[in-house]
Amino acid sequence: MSLIEFFSHNTRELLALTFEHLFLVAVSTGIAILIGVPLGILLTRKPGLSKPVLGFANIMQTVPSLALFGFLIPLNIYLFHVKIVGGIGARTAIVALVLYALLPIIRNTFTGISNVDPAIRDAGRGMGMTDRQLLLQVELPLALGVIIAGVRVATVICVGTATIAAAIDAGGLGRYIFRGLRANDNTLILAGAVPAALIAMGADLALGYIERTIQFGKTIGAKSKKFLWSGVIAVLVGIIVAYFIAGKGAGAIAVGSKDFTEQVILGEILAQAIEGKTTLQVVRRFDLGGNLAHEALAAGEIDVYVEYTGTALLAILKNPPVTDPQEVLRRVKAEYARRFKLEWTEPLGFNNTFAILVRADDARQLNLKRITDAARVSAQWRAGFGQDFMSRADGYPGFAQTYGFHFQEIREMDLSLTYRALAEKQVDLIAGNSTDGLISRYGLAQLEDDRHYFPPYDGVPVVRQDTLEKHPELRQVLQKLGGILTVDEMRKLNYAVDGEKRQPREVAREFLKLKNIIQ
Amino acid sequence: MSDLQKAIEFSDVSFTLPDGKTLLSDLNLSVDQGETLVLLGRSGSGKTTTMKLINRLIDPTAGTVQVEGKRTVDWDPIRLRRRIGYVIQEIGLFPHLTVEENIGVVPRLENWPAERIKERARALLTLVGLDADRFAARFPRELSGGQRQRIGVARALAADPPVILLDEPFGALDPITRREIQREFKTLQQELKKTMIFVTHDIAEAFVLGTRIALLKDGQLILLDEPQALLHSQHPEARAFAECFNDAQGSGSRA
Repeated sequence: MSLIEFFSHNTRELLALTFEHLFLVAVSTGIAILIGVPLGILLTRKPGLSKPVLGFANIMQTVPSLALFGFLIPLNIYLFHVKIVGGIGARTAIVALVLYALLPIIRNTFTGISNVDPAIRDAGRGMGMTDRQLLLQVELPLALGVIIAGVRVATVICVGTATIAAAIDAGGLGRYIFRGLRANDNTLILAGAVPAALIAMGADLALGYIERTIQFGKTIGAKSKKFLWSGVIAVLVGIIVAYFIAGKGAGAIAVGSKDFTEQVILGEILAQAIEGKTTLQVVRRFDLGGNLAHEALAAGEIDVYVEYTGTALLAILKNPPVTDPQEVLRRVKAEYARRFKLEWTEPLGFNNTFAILVRADDARQLNLKRITDAARVSAQWRAGFGQDFMSRADGYPGFAQTYGFHFQEIREMDLSLTYRALAEKQVDLIAGNSTDGLISRYGLAQLEDDRHYFPPYDGVPVVRQDTLEKHPELRQVLQKLGGILTVDEMRKLNYAVDGEKRQPREVAREFLKLKNIIQ
Repeated sequence: MSDLQKAIEFSDVSFTLPDGKTLLSDLNLSVDQGETLVLLGRSGSGKTTTMKLINRLIDPTAGTVQVEGKRTVDWDPIRLRRRIGYVIQEIGLFPHLTVEENIGVVPRLENWPAERIKERARALLTLVGLDADRFAARFPRELSGGQRQRIGVARALAADPPVILLDEPFGALDPITRREIQREFKTLQQELKKTMIFVTHDIAEAFVLGTRIALLKDGQLILLDEPQALLHSQHPEARAFAECFNDAQGSGSRA
């Protein structure tokens, strides 16, 4: 589908996401101005502070945004009973964007005022201006052009960084970009990236125009004061609206998911099962990137999401790999209850582990069933692995050692591309995900992990203990979901969304009906 | 009670920077009301420091400065400065304000009604020889050096202060414009009868404008007398300035 076609089919969604994006940028830049300009002025009065303050703002700029989100989510900072920092959603995205936007604004306010000619400042003081009058009538008007230049840089930074806010359910054009990256769909990536770039360019041009007009030295008076105040009021209204939107309705169950197709489908399955079986209201907080779903669950921002036993053991609890599925589940259950007050319920039934895959033809001709069989004939083979498999604790080095593989060549590429590379005979063996819909689409054969090298990645809903106490009916629903999904079924659901481009919501409903969970 | 006659009085005034460098030492001088005292000296001789002590941009590290019989440290600096007009080289005009707004700065700080500020600005423009209709709405960058300097003088006069400080106001002008504007200023001076402190390193200017001349060198007062007396002084610094003056007069007569 071409980009133009995509836009004409999805105009309403595009507009909604664009609006969310603009909203994030406007509120963040507005708050950054309200904090940064006074702070910059303070620095000109107390130059001793300029090193630590500018140093802090500088460091904030170098913190990667996902790391910053991860740091902000568990925080709980309240101001007059309103939560201002912490959790997922627009609130945390705005806090992070403000931190990124501060540096150029503080720095330009400070330099703009510091660079006012000392002779002009002396003239003002000599004429009997108080410090305040000197600031408002001389220094700020003369520095305004430089300050606006700082706001311009901050705005462009915000437009760019706001695309990442989709990773914590804050919306915006980043949703298209993340979805596109996940589905390996360039049109979708561009659908997010092109409008974001246009917004950045538009903001840059508009503020550049204002900057030039002001430097020409005309508009400082009652009019611009009114303009300034209406801007301040608009930002404040925006903040209030943001908190209103960001708050999760009291008593509702928030279902989360990570940011790939299978997780969104599983999130829908949980959500619709809860909606169908209880009277509880459900809020969907999907597409949480990295470990953010876990952070959000631990912080009480969501109540439940599906986690994989192996991921919890290795990436969250940082334990060494264990291969017995029962043992892994036992360990994560105990540790989660103790450390996070979170409960693992019934496993859904499928194991999303690494699947060592070969072409079905090869498997038949060479009579390959187990990985050991492949290791014997692989001396001339080329392998294709994702970056993730090459680097993780339960990845390639241990795998090659356990089975004694010596490939002729190893090609490291994006995981989603390895399936096609295998089908097109560019490589002969890959490590895919066992539930990936592409396995059936390309007719690939999975080899049995006969030496039990890979830890199990059983999908299990993880839920907050306090939520279960408050809503005991939730436990029954989650028990009903125990064992309903085989690997093969999960593959089909994934393929329905990734391959057939159907909506996760629809795919999940169909499945639950088929299993008689809902009517 | 003779203090009341003196507009400004320095008694044993020194000013030393925190790093120990002395910019002014043991200065004693007084300025009569309606007099124009010229502070003459090379760059770094302490002229501008003396000036800034009067409107309290700095406080003396020793001794006292009195304005209208009251020590500057006892004055509220803001009130003091609004009673003292201040003209510095052309750069002192605010680049973001029009000519009219520049002239109106102090009246606006004093909360004059807008109509009165406007009238005052126009009257002052006429007084310094500029057409109010043509210049009121212009910005400083749209003016020549001489015009800017006239605006600077007009701005210092705006709230009708009894004392005016002028720190090398004509320093950046070409010699011809400078001559012109000095003559106009002289006329203005006689009309207004203000107390003026005028800083310059140009002895010819000092001769045209000064009632008395205070010659400074390295932060010390060398001579305080009427202009003619400077020409007969035996002090080497006075003679150096006198020679400059004679050279200039000499070349002037040959031309």
